[in-house]
Amino acid sequence: MVKANGKAGNGPVPAEPILSVRNLRAYYQMQYFGIDREVRAVDDITLQVNRNEIYGVAGESSCGKTSLIKTIAAANRPPLNVIGGSVKYSFLDRDIFRMSEEELSRVRWKHLSYIMQGSMNVLNPVRRIRKSFIDFAFRHINKPEREFFDIVARHLERLRLSPSVLKAYPHELSGGMRQRVTIALATICRPEFIIADEPTTALDVVVQKDVLAMIREVQQEMGSSILFVTHDMTVHANMADRLGIMYAGRLVEEAPTREIFANPLHPYTAHLIQSLPRIGDLSPKKALPGAPPNLSDPPAGCRFHPRCPLAMDICRRENPALTALRPGHRVACFAASSEVRPVSEIRETVPPKVAEARS
Amino acid sequence: MSDLLIVDSVTKSYAFGGLFGRGTFKAVDNVSFTLEAARPEIFTIVGESGSGKTTLARMILNLIAPTSGTIRFRGTDLNAIRGSRARMDFMRHVQPIFQNPFEVFNPLKKVDHYLFMTARRFAGASKTAEVEAHADAALQKVGLSLAEVKGRFPHELSGGQLQRTAIARALIPGPSLLVADEPVSMVDASLRMSIVNLFRTLRDDLRVSIIYITHDLATAYYISDRIIIMQKGVVVESGPARQVLDNPQHPYSILLKESVLSPETIGEGILGLARHTGEGPPEASAEGGAATRTLAQPRSS
Ligand SMILES: Nc1ncnc2c1ncn2[C@@H]1O[C@H](COP(=O)(O)OP(=O)(O)OP(=O)(O)O)[C@@H](O)[C@H]1O
Ligand code: SF4
Ligand SMILES: [Mg+2]
Repeated sequence: MVKANGKAGNGPVPAEPILSVRNLRAYYQMQYFGIDREVRAVDDITLQVNRNEIYGVAGESSCGKTSLIKTIAAANRPPLNVIGGSVKYSFLDRDIFRMSEEELSRVRWKHLSYIMQGSMNVLNPVRRIRKSFIDFAFRHINKPEREFFDIVARHLERLRLSPSVLKAYPHELSGGMRQRVTIALATICRPEFIIADEPTTALDVVVQKDVLAMIREVQQEMGSSILFVTHDMTVHANMADRLGIMYAGRLVEEAPTREIFANPLHPYTAHLIQSLPRIGDLSPKKALPGAPPNLSDPPAGCRFHPRCPLAMDICRRENPALTALRPGHRVACFAASSEVRPVSEIRETVPPKVAEARS
Repeated sequence: MSDLLIVDSVTKSYAFGGLFGRGTFKAVDNVSFTLEAARPEIFTIVGESGSGKTTLARMILNLIAPTSGTIRFRGTDLNAIRGSRARMDFMRHVQPIFQNPFEVFNPLKKVDHYLFMTARRFAGASKTAEVEAHADAALQKVGLSLAEVKGRFPHELSGGQLQRTAIARALIPGPSLLVADEPVSMVDASLRMSIVNLFRTLRDDLRVSIIYITHDLATAYYISDRIIIMQKGVVVESGPARQVLDNPQHPYSILLKESVLSPETIGEGILGLARHTGEGPPEASAEGGAATRTLAQPRSS
């Protein structure tokens, strides 16, 4: 089930895929009063995550980020069903959807960790942290209890957590501490692959920076790969090696982080980057017109067309394929060319109103 | 000049007790500021989690009473507001907006229900057409319409639409003060900007003052007139927002600003260099005292 050469080595080995997702589709399939309804939250996604890499997934609320990674972790439950496609990890001998629950449970936490959105909740409120470590990792580490807790204590210390947290109940820890404990749990077995959904969104900026630094540090030390989801582009800017932008259930752009911030080719990405507020910047920022599409009845053609300043006729009819326009830079847009342009084209022309006058 | 809101030396203490003794803990410690009626403004409160921001907001909303100090709204001590009529009258003028719109709306009730209920209670509307007109007018102010919202359940609206609907509901009584507790922390940058831009319009066009509680320094910079920075219940720095954030003085304000991630630091490994502080944020020196600039009205309107 798990391949022998599974464990990651140290040091960067460029572009060796550890996760390959092909044409993945997963829909929420429901019945309302006898009428079938489908929410196409993950619609034909193909991507690859390399060894030793942090791959970021960005996109607005409800675009399908959580649904995507739940499916990739094979943690989806009805009504979220896999409709098609494959998810292969290099350390598993077959597609994750072909594995039984029993086989999956042997892989979880040991090879593949999933830190869920609002994950401080994985900590059972009525069990001391120590018990959670037993629940998650004891059988994987497979050592006598004393030795096991030696390993746990050393791991906590490496993450600059005091082993005394083991005696605490979750509610006795601050939000930041709980999140750090969750990360310690997710990394104790040194998994090859970690999936993290908005791990710092609930934290204040000072604690957030600290937790992010901790995640990066363990990742580098263990040489694992991380699939990192957040709507916060400034977090991605500082965390991710590569970035995939999702819109309405689809991947619309993907490139190395620096490249995507410098040369966004999709108008939606350009908007996301332009709308970021910054200290010291009073230029007017405008939100996208319109609302995110309804995924049970998405717009035909390019799903972004009702809100796109560059939309053309073809966009209303056909779905642009995700194509590599520059090396390592894929984009799904009929208007995109390898030349850099959309940023300036969608720049707001609204006169600066209040901000300047006031400062 | 008349004052809209006076927060005068307000403290809220909670008792804690346990095996190792008892004590009191000041969630809010001697906080004072004034909002003027004639100059609507966006007054921002920033600070770490647990620094007392929400406790302060709850006192201003008259949901809890200060342990000491007074809060006056249009000259009336909130402590003196007794009886349902007086309370209704206060709520007409001071409206809350909460962090997570999904928690505010009951998932089993259509969202228009809340708008209609508020219109009946506060705007004195009774006929269906009147009630709907009030709801629609409020929704128009936030860039929505009743046609878009009517008959929909909370999960059928996006987070941003739902938050704007929550703001529309708060506008129906015609308030002069909104208290918004982390209204944008759950949403992405684009929706975030649509909500803070809306606050600005409310201030300028409807002359509503807004107390904006956040830990997002970037939007605070973008829309606030004045700012106070809180740490452990104490205001450690205050003044005109741009001045404070461009050049913070107190060690905690400096740390806060340094912790803000920005897209400019791509690849600089700032997360690699961050120091681990073990438990929560490092203590800023307490003896530094508060760095207070003049909290006088900064805007020349
Ligand atoms: N249990 C469910 N039943 C039906 N639809 C659902 C369910 N959970 C999510 N959805 C829908 O699936 C779509 C994608 O949701 P998802 O949670 O994946 O978004 P997200 O990108 O993670 O958003 P956020 O940033 O708010 O966490 C949305 O339209 C959402 O309303
Ligand atoms: S394909 Fe058309 S509608 Fe879609 S993003 Fe490109 S220009 Fe806009
Ligand atoms: Mg999510």
